[in-house]
Amino acid sequence: METYTLMRHFADSWGLLAMTLFFLGVVAFIFRPGAKNAADQAASIPLKED
Amino acid sequence: MKYTFEMIVLGLGAFLALVGAGFAQDRLFGAHMWVLFFVLLGGTVVLLQRMEFRPAVAGAAPPRSEYFDEVVKYGVIATVFWGVVGFLVGVVVALQLAFPDLNIEPWFNFGRMRPLHTSAVIFAFGGNALIATSFYVVQRTSRARLFGGNLGWFVFWGYQLFIVLAATGYLLGITQSREYAEPEWYVDLWLTIVWVAYLITFLGTILVRKEPHIYVANWFYLAFIVTIAMLHIVNNLAVPVSFLGSKSYSAFSGVQDALTQWWYGHNAVGFFLTAGFLAMMYYFIPKQVNRPIYSYRLSIIHFWALIFMYIWAGPHHLHYTALPDWAQTLGMVFSVMLWMPSWGGMINGLMTLSGAWDKVRTDPIVRMMVMAVAFYGMATFEGPMMSIKTVNSLSHYTDWTIGHVHSGALGWNGLITFGAIYYLVPKLWNRERLYSVRMVNWHFWLATLGIVVYAAVMWVAGIQQGLMWREYDDQGFLVYSFAESVAAMFPYYVLRAVGGGLFLAGALLMAFNVTMTILGRVRDEAPILGAAPAPQAAE
Amino acid sequence: MSILDKHAILERNATLLLVGSLLVVSVGGIVEIAPLFYLENTIEKVEGMRPYSPLELAGRNIYIREGCYVCHSQMIRPFRDEVERYGHYSLAAESMYDHPFQWGSKRTGPDLARVGDRYSNEWHVQHMIEPRSVVPESVMPSYAFLKETPLEVTNVAMNLRANRAVGVPYTDEMIDNAAQDLRAQADPNADTAGVEARYPKAKLGDFDGDAQRLTEMDALIAYLQMLGTLVDFSSYDDTTGYR
Repeated sequence: METYTLMRHFADSWGLLAMTLFFLGVVAFIFRPGAKNAADQAASIPLKED
Repeated sequence: MKYTFEMIVLGLGAFLALVGAGFAQDRLFGAHMWVLFFVLLGGTVVLLQRMEFRPAVAGAAPPRSEYFDEVVKYGVIATVFWGVVGFLVGVVVALQLAFPDLNIEPWFNFGRMRPLHTSAVIFAFGGNALIATSFYVVQRTSRARLFGGNLGWFVFWGYQLFIVLAATGYLLGITQSREYAEPEWYVDLWLTIVWVAYLITFLGTILVRKEPHIYVANWFYLAFIVTIAMLHIVNNLAVPVSFLGSKSYSAFSGVQDALTQWWYGHNAVGFFLTAGFLAMMYYFIPKQVNRPIYSYRLSIIHFWALIFMYIWAGPHHLHYTALPDWAQTLGMVFSVMLWMPSWGGMINGLMTLSGAWDKVRTDPIVRMMVMAVAFYGMATFEGPMMSIKTVNSLSHYTDWTIGHVHSGALGWNGLITFGAIYYLVPKLWNRERLYSVRMVNWHFWLATLGIVVYAAVMWVAGIQQGLMWREYDDQGFLVYSFAESVAAMFPYYVLRAVGGGLFLAGALLMAFNVTMTILGRVRDEAPILGAAPAPQAAE
Repeated sequence: MSILDKHAILERNATLLLVGSLLVVSVGGIVEIAPLFYLENTIEKVEGMRPYSPLELAGRNIYIREGCYVCHSQMIRPFRDEVERYGHYSLAAESMYDHPFQWGSKRTGPDLARVGDRYSNEWHVQHMIEPRSVVPESVMPSYAFLKETPLEVTNVAMNLRANRAVGVPYTDEMIDNAAQDLRAQADPNADTAGVEARYPKAKLGDFDGDAQRLTEMDALIAYLQMLGTLVDFSSYDDTTGYR
């Protein structure tokens, strides 16, 4: 019971916070202004040739 | 000399199968080894006919085209073939539920036919579609030839052998009873070998690519291949009774076994039927409408969020069972959250058409793909809803689940695959266009109508079933016996078979259309209205 | 040099993608499945559970072979209607020796978790041969061939040994007597003291109505008749079992 309670408390506090922050970090990183060019290049790959 | 090595390996395999049949510890293993023996013997004979005993002349090798497309062609044909087989078996099992006299014991009883249907559509039809399109897409988006030379052929033929062994095994009665992972230990081992070869060819092609970026479709394919490898190995851990016998016992038991199986089962949906097919969406929709994907950066978030969350969703198959509550709750929460990345992907696919929406009207292939994405959106809304425990308490164990699976499988996986096949066939065989574009239109409507009938009927059936089981009268007695709820399903089971029949009819039309296109025929037909400038009516 | 450098980075990217994906997809499984093996409150403490007798195990393997799990669940949920219809809701402990589990996912037919002792052997035989002769609404296929198929008894002990390898507590005594126990359980004239001692509550006697032959029907019915009968619910406390 002890391990279970301990893990449960961690999961709905720091664990949750860490995952949320990580997710927001990933989104911010992907949508940083510098990444637009690279994304546009990658998006055009299928249309380049047959 | 050509094919010498291949022929020796095949011949040796046939011999080993014969030995296996001779020393089999149980009847079923013996029968299965005879099947294997005859399949491998047939393969050896075919290779023997193709064998050339002239020494290879240096420099006389035929010029290699840039891309290795021969195996993709075989893959497309196999996809169409197994698709028709799988849908046909589906209609048969649907009819068996309505008319039980159609069961022919022991080999063609429902209990053995149902795994045959599910495996044929998921692994034979879906798997071949994934292997063929991934080989096609990774070469184009990497601008490199498929890595590993003949390894591509090994993946294709090795996978067909897996399908044949799995299918014949089910009918013989060889099964682990793990849904969507029924093949026994030796077939699982064979699939593992084939899958590693698949990973090597795919990853190798990415590694030798001439394109600086790895296109997002390849991310999805790669995640699909790697995750299926992980799931397949862990879920099939078992101890065989004998190395010359068909039976094995799962490494896990009871509650642990149940969650392992549904961790696998739900991610067969999440990675086989979703991630892999999303890769098809990310390549074939931009190609067919000739526009880049709506938001490439959204697709990156879509990718990471989807693969992270899907893996948690398994416990929603075990709501209110003996699985601990905390695991059920985790499964439910992640399933509901999964709605977001799923719809992110759907929006990304649909919005790719912005500025080209007229193509939905003029190009039946685009229409098919759009409808596929729409069904993806519907199924991924319904799924999270059904994973909510209160909803699940009604829907679980009923035909609602079957309806949900089919709106995803027929609508999303089926239609996106048909779209990709119609795109690929003229390209691969160098035809100007398909034999008939109007038949694609017919296929679209037959399939869509079939799915709508199927899903609607199963909704009604499932909800009615669930309500009948829990209905109480004024005195506090259960109103219906179980048998009465079975009898009430009859009209729905008949209608379901009709819906499946429509879908099968569409697939037969596709098989005909694809065959004629490959043969180089072109049907003389009026173009789709709007595809060419339409004649104006006189005022 | 610079080109080679660049190439190396690209190569690493694909590998990174591979490793990254694998890490990301591992998290969920580790967090959800791994604790089930060591959280001690996952499986309830109950009395009465024992490994399957050789005959029951053979019957269970036929149940699996015929795909019965495709239409029949063995998992009663804790709802009023299910408990009234099928009996006490299923405990995790009741499938602790099930390799693999047979909880099922669909009820085209009724739940079988506690079908044991509900019907007579004769009813089961008739139901397997022609389901609609006893349940007119049934859509179950006929399994008449089971009564004609002799039970394969070549490697009974090996089956028990394989189960022991995956954690089922079969003793040496059980394994040594496996083949004998298998026959004795379905033979009305046999000395069954050993079977009863090794497998308490095992159902004994002829199951398929033909005492001369040991058929697959014998094994399957022996399995069905013990389903859900092992746990002693008079000594089970609901509140301690809650997870």
